[in-house]
Amino acid sequence: MKNNVSFTRPIQFLLQKGKGVRKGNLLFSKKYAPYLMVSPFIIFFVLFFLYPIISTIHMSFLEIYPGERTFVGLGNYYKLLNPHFYTALYNSTIYTLWTLIILIPVPMVLAVLLNSKITPLRNVFRSALFIPALTSVIVAGVIFRLLFGESESSFANAVITQLGFSPQQWMMHHGTGMFLMVLLASWRWMGVNILYFLAGLQNIPQTLYESAEMDGAGTVTKFFRITLPLLKPVLVYVLTISIYAGFRMFEESYVFWQNHSPGNIGLTITGYLYRQGFENFDLGFGAAIGLVLLLIVLLLNLIQLKFFGVFRKGDE
Amino acid sequence: MEWIHKRRNRFLSILSLLVVFFFSLFALFPLFALLLASLKPSSELMRFGLNLKLQPELLSLKNYFYLFSEQARLYFEWYKNSLIVTLLYTAISLFLSSMVGYALAIYDFKGKNLILTLVLFVMMIPLEIMMLPLFEEMILFRLIDTYWGVVLPFAVAPFAVFFFRQYAIGLPRELLDAARIDGCSEFGIYLRIMSPLMVPAYGAMAILQAMNSWNNFLWPLVVLRSNEMFTLPIGLAGLLTPYGNNYDILISGSVLAILPIIILFIFFQRYFISGLTLGGVKE
Repeated sequence: MKNNVSFTRPIQFLLQKGKGVRKGNLLFSKKYAPYLMVSPFIIFFVLFFLYPIISTIHMSFLEIYPGERTFVGLGNYYKLLNPHFYTALYNSTIYTLWTLIILIPVPMVLAVLLNSKITPLRNVFRSALFIPALTSVIVAGVIFRLLFGESESSFANAVITQLGFSPQQWMMHHGTGMFLMVLLASWRWMGVNILYFLAGLQNIPQTLYESAEMDGAGTVTKFFRITLPLLKPVLVYVLTISIYAGFRMFEESYVFWQNHSPGNIGLTITGYLYRQGFENFDLGFGAAIGLVLLLIVLLLNLIQLKFFGVFRKGDE
Repeated sequence: MEWIHKRRNRFLSILSLLVVFFFSLFALFPLFALLLASLKPSSELMRFGLNLKLQPELLSLKNYFYLFSEQARLYFEWYKNSLIVTLLYTAISLFLSSMVGYALAIYDFKGKNLILTLVLFVMMIPLEIMMLPLFEEMILFRLIDTYWGVVLPFAVAPFAVFFFRQYAIGLPRELLDAARIDGCSEFGIYLRIMSPLMVPAYGAMAILQAMNSWNNFLWPLVVLRSNEMFTLPIGLAGLLTPYGNNYDILISGSVLAILPIIILFIFFQRYFISGLTLGGVKE
């Protein structure tokens, strides 16, 4: 505290000096200060959000060569009707489905176990399960490429040989390639989703379980009748961000194939955007891909949120 | 009856332990594998891939020493770049985002709800969509291949703004009027009275933003062009190719790349958790 006093003295001196003009001073005005404080957001919003969004929409109707822009109407959108984009769309969809199938139920069950008093050493496991989330996707890629190396004696091939299968070239085939991407994502995101569900579980009042027990409810009944319904907000949140993350996916594929996978087995929507925009410099086409991506995630999430009745809240 | 109950609990407890243990193994095993690989000669990895035989006669710290050699000179350039970008981004985004969030929580002013809606809206739009015009802007501002180019477009982070707003709503407002009577300016109140009360929020966001920035990939990949300017993820990614990898730097380099975040996590675990959950799930 003592330091504080000496630190503020010059400021207090200034304050006394400025008392007469305080009304005109922006820093003192209750009316203008909040605008000053939020101004960074407004500036950044206009410069790095509003303008780029409008520009993307504009660009998507143009054909862009260096120094020359011609209006092509929906031309870039028609160009989307090609097998490469279908592949990208297909891969992104399958990837999203797999991550939803794995990264929602499994973390939810693990969170319930980690929240329950019957599990010993809960805090240790909680930390252990979170640690993969700290790694960058690149480091995760390095690890999984090592474990799933093509050599017959590499870890994954050694394991499946033991189980009686023949060794695989994991990064060369469609099914195994998808498996690698989903595995990498599952490994990195498990801990984060567990955390979300744990936070939700801790908001459920313990008394609900106690009274259910008095009515003779078993573990399973309690899970489906109390835990699951009360976890719904978290569930919807995790579902929303998972749909976003799934369709946006780029890096999980990049670490395996640097955006040039054999037979496009790792091509995703964002990967296609990157290829067209930053490798082929077809900016107009890239912009159109981005907008279609936006449309897909917004539409899917709207349907999903409507299905879970999120919009009905206002009427109640 | 009592003993049946106890027995059943014991059984459930062991079952639960096994499940959790299995998944923890799944979480930690790959990191152990990386550590093991970093101690093996890269020629061995090239030929046989990574196996789990310990082979103590092969293990050495040679790969780590190699990082300090002249051939791996760039590695510590990348490390330095990553540190600079992370510190710069964390400092700026905390300063700006906390101020915006604070104002949205404490004051009533015209347009406040609009701004809050916009903050949430920005959070919902994926970066990938506006990457191309943003890139053009970076060219225009001459920020390509600079630290500022990586940091600036995201310096006001909507997630952090929302997080600080949620936190600041709970601050005691009685202090405001007391401070005003004492002749404190609105900025003074924010800087000297309210900010210190937000320290836990600063802690949580500092760690989250630092981790995100340290691991950030797509945008730095777009903005950074020369080898000397790469951050760690971009530099390391350049060593991966579809046809084989430059293991000499890659593996020991990856271990050192996760180290700072793991250390942060060990000391500030609580902040990691509150940073990730408060903004998203509460309410």
